[in-house]
Amino acid sequence: MPADPKLVPSGLHGLRRVLGVGALAALIAAPLHAATAEGGPAITPAGIATASDPGVAPAVAADPKLEADMMELSHKLRCLVCQNQSIAESNAPLAVDLRNQVREQLAAGKDKDDVIDYLVERYGDFVLYEPPFKAVTGLLWVGPFALLLGGAGWLAWRLRRRRSEIAAEGALSAADRERARALLAGGGDAASNPASPESRK
Amino acid sequence: MIPELGHFALILALVLSLVQAVVPLVGAQRNSSALMAVGRPAAQGQFFFILFSYFCLTWAFIQSDFSVQLAATNSHSATPLMYKITGVWGNHEGSLLLWAMSLSLWTVAVTVFSRHLPDAFLARVLGVLGLVSAGFISFTLVTSNPFDRLLPAVAEGRDLNPLLQDPGMIIHPPLLYMGYVGFSVAFAFAIAALLSGRMDAAWARWSRPWTTIAWVFLTAGIAVGSGWAYYELGWGGWWFWDPVENASFMPWLLGTALMHSLAVTEKRGAFRSWTVLLAIGAFSLSLLGTFLVRSGVITSVHAFATDPRRGLYILALLVIVIGFSLLLYAMRANKLMGGGSFGLVSRETALLANNVLLTVASASVLLGTLYPLFLDALGLGKISVGPPYFEAVFVPLMTPVVVLMVFGPFLRWKDDELLAEVRRVAPAFVASVAIGVGSAWAVDHLTWRTALGLSLAAWVVLASLQLLVRRLGERAGASAGSRLRSITASWWGMWLAHFGIGIFIIGVTMVGSLDRHLDVKMKEGQHAELAGYTFVFRGAVDADGPNYDAARGRIELLRDGRSLDMLTPEKRVYLAQGMPMTEASLDIGVFRDVYVSLGEQLEDGAWIVSLYYKPFISWIWAGCVLMGLGGVFAAADRRYRRLAARDAAAAVGSRVAA
Amino acid sequence: MKAKFLVPLLLFFGLAGFLAFGLTLNPREVPSPLIDKPAPNFRLARLDQPEQTFALEEMRGQVWLLNVWASWCVACRQEHPVLVRMAAQKLVPVVGLNYKEVRGDGAISTRGMALEAETTMAIERARRWLADHGNPYLLSVLDIDGRVGIDFGVYGVPETFLIDREGRIRYKHIGPITPESLQTQIMPKVEELRRAG
Repeated sequence: MPADPKLVPSGLHGLRRVLGVGALAALIAAPLHAATAEGGPAITPAGIATASDPGVAPAVAADPKLEADMMELSHKLRCLVCQNQSIAESNAPLAVDLRNQVREQLAAGKDKDDVIDYLVERYGDFVLYEPPFKAVTGLLWVGPFALLLGGAGWLAWRLRRRRSEIAAEGALSAADRERARALLAGGGDAASNPASPESRK
Repeated sequence: MIPELGHFALILALVLSLVQAVVPLVGAQRNSSALMAVGRPAAQGQFFFILFSYFCLTWAFIQSDFSVQLAATNSHSATPLMYKITGVWGNHEGSLLLWAMSLSLWTVAVTVFSRHLPDAFLARVLGVLGLVSAGFISFTLVTSNPFDRLLPAVAEGRDLNPLLQDPGMIIHPPLLYMGYVGFSVAFAFAIAALLSGRMDAAWARWSRPWTTIAWVFLTAGIAVGSGWAYYELGWGGWWFWDPVENASFMPWLLGTALMHSLAVTEKRGAFRSWTVLLAIGAFSLSLLGTFLVRSGVITSVHAFATDPRRGLYILALLVIVIGFSLLLYAMRANKLMGGGSFGLVSRETALLANNVLLTVASASVLLGTLYPLFLDALGLGKISVGPPYFEAVFVPLMTPVVVLMVFGPFLRWKDDELLAEVRRVAPAFVASVAIGVGSAWAVDHLTWRTALGLSLAAWVVLASLQLLVRRLGERAGASAGSRLRSITASWWGMWLAHFGIGIFIIGVTMVGSLDRHLDVKMKEGQHAELAGYTFVFRGAVDADGPNYDAARGRIELLRDGRSLDMLTPEKRVYLAQGMPMTEASLDIGVFRDVYVSLGEQLEDGAWIVSLYYKPFISWIWAGCVLMGLGGVFAAADRRYRRLAARDAAAAVGSRVAA
Repeated sequence: MKAKFLVPLLLFFGLAGFLAFGLTLNPREVPSPLIDKPAPNFRLARLDQPEQTFALEEMRGQVWLLNVWASWCVACRQEHPVLVRMAAQKLVPVVGLNYKEVRGDGAISTRGMALEAETTMAIERARRWLADHGNPYLLSVLDIDGRVGIDFGVYGVPETFLIDREGRIRYKHIGPITPESLQTQIMPKVEELRRAG
């Protein structure tokens, strides 16, 4: 069946569409930029303790950037005495101790991997919310994508089988095809429209 | 006295559920209308007794009868009335009674809205529901009796966990349970169909509204739970991939697949095997969730106090229900083959891909949730699987689903031309990538995650709008009014739900990428700034409640010098357990929430205050609302009622003839 | 019935098997990764003579137990009689690691407390407790801030580590020592390590 000309945009029509949508994009992006970016960087000057201005509340953390890094890492570390919480979320004494450890180590210049190694050495892989990629966790990490590939493969096999089923059903005869085209064009035909003059023949 | 009456009523309910389970099934097998007719009254009687039992338990809580063990451990005489009532389900035993009551309520609904179902089919549905009911009520009576006495009674109860003394507690569990349990109806329909050997379009049509409504409840339940965690826990997180949360999410994923698969089975007669397996799977995951929460097999903030004996009982229930269903499937699966054929490029293909993708997503969540258990059981050590894993896996899996979600409706049933359809949506696709990347750049956060999220959201919005325009344009020459009216509730349902997902994605992406946090030490009169807002501390006052002592901070929120709101976060200590708790204060807006919580007070009188800026977080809840609304529209389509009336007439006719 | 239709059922039975086995496990117990590794060296003040320190390496050549305890720990009170009996029978030397004696006690706030003051308070509380309940330890050392505890992977109290002649950790006992666990797990391992050395 030939493609309906109204449904497929011509080259110029398509370009107009893309330009129109581009303008729409700009219209969306501009207020978004205005609405969200003016907050400035996460660490505002007022957040850093300034002893000189008594009106400004000092940040709890001496170094907000370090604090942010510490919290980000802490969200990935498990609180061992809690019912499934990270050390960032928990105020259990051990969680506080471990957060202090993380902060100290980051301040001493260690990078995230060093801190993670330090904790895993002492508490095992259990302390990590992101399981390391090892032999025993191979299935865990590969599994979902293996399932996805498996699913896609099954889908492809199934559709191919369907296609051969349709082919086996047989194609339309030429007369049926003509009739179908006429019906789809919106008119009736002799058989389906009893009121038409033809049917009286 | 009253607790004993409640206990007795529960026993009666068990007896009735056994009757409801056995008699109609035998009746359907022998084609005896007398036996089959027992189903309705048995189900309704069971509901009456469970309801009565539930009221008796609630009465014990309201009256602060601390000779009832459950009331003594979960209530207090000074607890506000509302939380005495909701405290009933804030524990293992009471929540089981709620589960049983939800199941009974759904069963009664089936008895009421089922005139159009053939007698044998209805009898089998009620029979299956009766079996599940019997399983749960017996579990309650044997291992978790809510009416156990505590003798000698204590003078005062231990109070409900302060985290649960909150409005979220009033709606979250009931909604969630109605959702979980609601999938038992779809399950019962599937089993009844397998038993009767009848799996046609009519069966799919009967199942759809029930499945959709259960899905709406589950969506609402999960969303409310998430929102509750957000404002209650004091630091603004809203999803943690905790095993119990996953236990509610997996049935949701399969339930979504089920709804779509049922549509194909109804309209095209295809996917019958998938639909049956999805129906069994969704309910099985509900049961698995029940097991995980109550057996102690995994650690979770949501887990109830655990007992391996209870775990064993639920596991036995699981094995019986699911094992039997899958065995039945294996025996009857041959009859499910066939069904309408379809081309390589068609709406059926898109929906089949949808089934596969959602099943893979659900299986992946299951893998992550149970993997620590697998390794431990095999003696291979202990690991933890948390948000970093799930996010890394789930986002890539769901991306093709979202892309397909708004492309699928463009495809015709049975056969279509790929190139034509792709060319049709190509401008929207290109534009969404442009908008996504452009917006990510505009908000100073050009990362893969942000760009992907915003592109997907833009794709959903643009393609949805295009779909709507096309649909309205279908009736050439008709008036605007009649074009609108020609769109069915069912179509609007689909459109709204899909659109809602786009809104949801915007919320998740923006708040995940752009939220800000600052902890400050505030003395009266001091101010702090975050994300363009100014917070001025106006001091703290005492604000004691009925069962707690509290300090309430008053923090004025300003922007550009203009005062917007007075935030009042509290730090409470609940008297019964001495448990401290923080109650955050939010200024909720369309484009952002500003969130403040109170920490400790220092020796110099300053308070530690945590300030949060959460952009677009309301869009997460708004997206869920749209999804739920979409489901409601879909279930309410007049088509079901019209066809139900026709089926009812046919059913009456056949009864008269027989 | 085609075999492939049984796949979902078989998969489910596999899952159920794991879940059943899972009922016998304890998901909250964290095994120590330090088994068979050298125990982290430490040098801490002694409880009996705070001006003097004691280092882990001083125990080299012996098979011994390091018991983590504190006066605020309720479960420690449960295991203490067992330790006292062990000391009376001279079964195996036990060194006490007094863990966060002051700051670990939920009833005490150490905000603003100087380390010296906290140490003095810790010594006083620990000595009083041992005087009240008996002192089974060869000696006790003070881990005021819990750093040494973190090095050992301590996450709760009480915990006990079995250390061999070369200073390697061979076994970690989580929770209070019971007469049963002493007899069936700890002492057999002690004997084995003694024979090996």
